[in-house]
Amino acid sequence: MGNPVFQPSHFMAVVLFALFASIVFGITQRETPRRMIRYGIYCFVLFVGSAIAISWLMFLIAR
Amino acid sequence: MRYSQSGMATIENKNAAANSGSLADAQPGAPSGAKMGVKSGAQEGFVYLPLIAGWLVPGAGHFLLRKWGRGALLSGSILAMFVLGLTMQGKLYSNAHEILDILGLAGDLGNGLLYIVSQILGLGAAQTQTAIADYGTRFIVVAGLLNVIAAVDAHNLRTGRKS
Repeated sequence: MGNPVFQPSHFMAVVLFALFASIVFGITQRETPRRMIRYGIYCFVLFVGSAIAISWLMFLIAR
Repeated sequence: MRYSQSGMATIENKNAAANSGSLADAQPGAPSGAKMGVKSGAQEGFVYLPLIAGWLVPGAGHFLLRKWGRGALLSGSILAMFVLGLTMQGKLYSNAHEILDILGLAGDLGNGLLYIVSQILGLGAAQTQTAIADYGTRFIVVAGLLNVIAAVDAHNLRTGRKS
């Protein structure tokens, strides 16, 4: 029996990466739970938003 | 210019909190065991234990300090990232002949026992042949780097630099 294989789409990979990294950033970089959540959401939006923006930029450059 | 923001555990913020009377034990260098949820006298003992435990097992440093919620979230996130990286057929760096391999190996070593056990079990692909497998390799490396950040955070909690 082989190892299980997970083949997400590129966007799903971005979302998963952003989710887990944002959780760790939020917990480690802020002190209070409220600020942790806010910073975590901020990081998640920046991760995913910048990936989408750069993707569109590369798409337009490649045309 | 020093980077400082409200809510961060900087000396300036601690002094401001101490002056306002909201944080009794906010003097720089003073132990803040009570606020940490650690019993008084917890500053005794091996200070680097949460750092080492957190590096070896993701979240263990926070569990030692009775930060159950934070430890569970950190542990779950880092474990999930590492396991997803493996299931995406990511590569575990084992040799360090080139500079990029050295950096990858350093990141992988941040996973502590996860990396060692996975190497013993022969998990991880030998070569990455697809983009998703390359993403998996990055997932594993970043999981190790995040684990180092979490372990340092546990150390800061232990020493009272963060509450």
